[in-house]
Amino acid sequence: MAAEKRVVFRSAWLPWVLIGPQAAVILVFFFWPAVETVLQSMQRQDAFGTSTEWVGFANFAQLFADPSYLASFKTTAIFSVLVAVVGIVLSLLLAVFADRVIRAAVVYKTLLIWPYAVAPAVAGVLWLFMFAPSVGVVSYALRQAGIEWNALLDSGQAMALIVMAAVWNQISYNFLFFLAGLQSIPKSLIEAAAIDGAGPWRRFWTIVFPLLSPTGFFLLVINIIYAFFGTFGIIDAATEGGPGKETAVLVYKLYYDGFKALDLGGSAAQSVVLMAIVMTLTFIQFRFIENKVNY
Amino acid sequence: MKLKSLVSCSLVALAAFSAPAHAQVEIQWWHAMGGALGEWVNDLAKGFNESQKQYKVTPTFKGSYPETLTAGIAAFRAGNQPDILQVFEVGTATMMASKGAIVPVGKVMKDSGLKFDPAAYVPAVAGYYTAPNGQMLSMPFNSSTTIFYYNKDAFKAAGLDPNKPPVTWAEVALAAAKLKAAGQKCPFTTSWISWTQLESFSAWHNVEFATKGNGMNGSDARLAFNTPLHVRHIQDLENMAKQGLFVYKGRENKADVTFPSGECAMITASAGLLGAIKKNAKFDFGVAPLPYYQDVAGAPQNTVIGGASLWVMAGKPADHYKGVASFFNYLSSPEVQSASHKRTGYLPITTAAFKLTEQSGYYKENPGADVAVNQMIRKTTDKSRGIRLGNFLQIRTIIDEELEQVWAGKKSSKDALDEAVKRGNEQLERFQAANKS
Amino acid sequence: MVERRPLLNVLSHGVLLVGVLVVAFPVYLTFVASTHTAQDIIQAPMPLLPGDQFLHNYAAALTGSEHGPGSAAPVGRMMWVSLVSALVIAIGKIAISLLSAFAIVYFRFPFKQLVFWMIFMTLMMPVEVRIFPTYQVISDLGMLNSYAGLTIPLIASATATFLFRQFFMTVPDELVEAARVDGAGPMRFFKDVLVPLSATSIAALFVIQFIYGWNQYLWPLLVTTNEDMYPVVIGIKRMISGGEAAQQWNLVMATAMLAMLPPALIVIFMQRWFIKGLVDTEK
Repeated sequence: MAAEKRVVFRSAWLPWVLIGPQAAVILVFFFWPAVETVLQSMQRQDAFGTSTEWVGFANFAQLFADPSYLASFKTTAIFSVLVAVVGIVLSLLLAVFADRVIRAAVVYKTLLIWPYAVAPAVAGVLWLFMFAPSVGVVSYALRQAGIEWNALLDSGQAMALIVMAAVWNQISYNFLFFLAGLQSIPKSLIEAAAIDGAGPWRRFWTIVFPLLSPTGFFLLVINIIYAFFGTFGIIDAATEGGPGKETAVLVYKLYYDGFKALDLGGSAAQSVVLMAIVMTLTFIQFRFIENKVNY
Repeated sequence: MKLKSLVSCSLVALAAFSAPAHAQVEIQWWHAMGGALGEWVNDLAKGFNESQKQYKVTPTFKGSYPETLTAGIAAFRAGNQPDILQVFEVGTATMMASKGAIVPVGKVMKDSGLKFDPAAYVPAVAGYYTAPNGQMLSMPFNSSTTIFYYNKDAFKAAGLDPNKPPVTWAEVALAAAKLKAAGQKCPFTTSWISWTQLESFSAWHNVEFATKGNGMNGSDARLAFNTPLHVRHIQDLENMAKQGLFVYKGRENKADVTFPSGECAMITASAGLLGAIKKNAKFDFGVAPLPYYQDVAGAPQNTVIGGASLWVMAGKPADHYKGVASFFNYLSSPEVQSASHKRTGYLPITTAAFKLTEQSGYYKENPGADVAVNQMIRKTTDKSRGIRLGNFLQIRTIIDEELEQVWAGKKSSKDALDEAVKRGNEQLERFQAANKS
Repeated sequence: MVERRPLLNVLSHGVLLVGVLVVAFPVYLTFVASTHTAQDIIQAPMPLLPGDQFLHNYAAALTGSEHGPGSAAPVGRMMWVSLVSALVIAIGKIAISLLSAFAIVYFRFPFKQLVFWMIFMTLMMPVEVRIFPTYQVISDLGMLNSYAGLTIPLIASATATFLFRQFFMTVPDELVEAARVDGAGPMRFFKDVLVPLSATSIAALFVIQFIYGWNQYLWPLLVTTNEDMYPVVIGIKRMISGGEAAQQWNLVMATAMLAMLPPALIVIFMQRWFIKGLVDTEK
């Protein structure tokens, strides 16, 4: 990242003008609120801000002593792992088969990439509609099969619902990356193995899988970040964090506490914790990508 | 020539001076009424605006109740708050606790010099929004209460008398058993479970939901809904649930749709649901008061209202407050109240409005429309006037969560109520700490 | 493939077809629901074939003439708000990122490293971790319920800047020298050489950012409370929130179809750039 061009332009003022717009927006809408968040996390105030009190780390202490906050960590972890693993496995499956049918691959690609265009919130609504306890087509079918479906009451079912919606929404993304990865594996390797007598199953596990693992790992990190932040719309539309707080992932609880419960100090403290988590995840992501990139 | 210019100068000066007196004062009203109710709000504003020239009320829909409150708070912090803000009943303590954010309605009306008689308001309705010293804090606007609806056709099919709705909870259980035997998959359900089965339940039986007069008399109030009576009631519901007589259909008002669709045969819900039932139900239905336990002394007392009220924000110019007072007077007039009551199903807030509606024969033509009012037109006690608790939204969520454990068979009623009280008290402590007077 | 295994080919097509059908099913159902009346949908199970209410439902949705208990904003207006926001976000982001990346790559100036890290750090601050204070800033600036409030806070994140930086680093130095020799200043170089060279990256980024902007949820949810400033994605959620009567599912589904249409069209018709944009921005 420190590499520089040999040939540069000289100007005392031009670079500042060029950087200006981005810097201005970043300062006003990123750094200033971030500083405010940290400050607010150490205050306790009433909803209207007419009385403010400094309480140091009391909000954080309260947070980590709160069972529902710790439960939210657990929920987020379970949700992310499910979304990442299920999403990756399914899309890998589809990508492997699409890679096989070379000519038709383009058609399948077109048919599989458009869920990316669906807004997470809309995806949440669609899946909510399919599984609505009273009017949903799928819940009706499940009832006929003897399974009582009610995501309003059963937390396992609620989690299943948002995992399905999230995996569905992300499948194009994962699929495209795997397909690109598969198509970059040298055919010579595959042919050599075939000549040696290895069948497709063997070939997959001994050659394809190891060569795909960087992509897989990359997608793992991306899917986790997606599960942490990109799924807010799905959760708000499909379960609103319920039943109870069973599907309230960290970012949802933060939103609820700030905007519905009007607990600004607590919400800000949660923001600070999330910021720390994002930094770690981003760090991992970039560290990993740095290894892949060459100019 | 000099005289002419002098005259014209003076005329101009005169015009400039008199212009402000004729300029309309615009009153901003932020509310959370969408759909058909939004039209009602707009019509109210229109009616007021057309009735006089001095003030113009401009309503703006701001989303759901929490969204409207958040918008109001952010606007206040930024210095551009509206004149009137509609806040749901559970936000009452929040509005009260912030010093300097609001002006009590009683003060606004008194300062305006307009005629204002607090005694004209229905005690159980206005009491919720009144301070212990009798000063009205906010203007009741859309108040409903908890009542009981039942499917007459289903009753007939189960061999029950469709004109005799259950009056006690024991009768509800019996009716549910008969309905189930006749094939009903969902004999009884409820909407807004904390409001119907704990809050209103407490007031209806003249017992406290929380100490200190349900929080009216002090911010150190603590929850009290785990008394033997409350446990008994939730236990009864738990037993009904185990036998499939009571089916939980979700939080807040998610259960509402199950009654008009015919899925559930009996439901305790808001009086405001009546309109939707009339429109969508394809069966004959009945309206009845909330059931109670007849062996409890003092029952039935009165039920607790739900809905929202109008708060007046602080920091606006003096002539705005006059306009607000004038608007509130218009809203409280018997004719406007009666028309609103008939149109929306919300309670009339003055006794005069109730009498006017009664005289017009409305209740005869629309049986069931007076059930809600009758539950409220009573003298209230200190335990039934209303509820004022901080972090009430979180407390209701906690109640939802704990009770869901009961319906799922994971906790006993007593444990759930005890846990809800414990967790809820933490919320109250936090609110008290954050809002030290 | 390497050897001929017809059975495996059949299996491949089979799995892929199932995949395509499963992926398409929710949207098919949505479409069907958008062509029936609300009563038909409530009587479970809903019919699985399209009905005859297509024109009626879509017209009602677009003009906001029928309401359920939630918001009744006309979808036509909401689509417009979404369109303007998405375009402003996409174009704005590309514009300022091009300029910043240009400055970072082709200039030397004091505090350059600091500026670079400042931009980098924004990756660690998705809007979700700073919502309330950002909301307060917007409110204090009077930007609530405005296109500015909807778009500006979303314009300055780092991904586009990095993409362009990466790309610029691969541009041969000879081009700069040639421009210099021709007497062109930095901005001429930028306009006449760099930007045209970046055309594919710009197109790719445009597709991704347009979808990003169109599908925004949490931010518009907080910043817009006036019905005439709802983007369509928010409008859908608000339609199903609140209300004591049954939802107008048919209208909600019609709105969902309309909301999905523009991004889906862009993805399908600009497939090549879309894929390039996805794969490149993350590498």
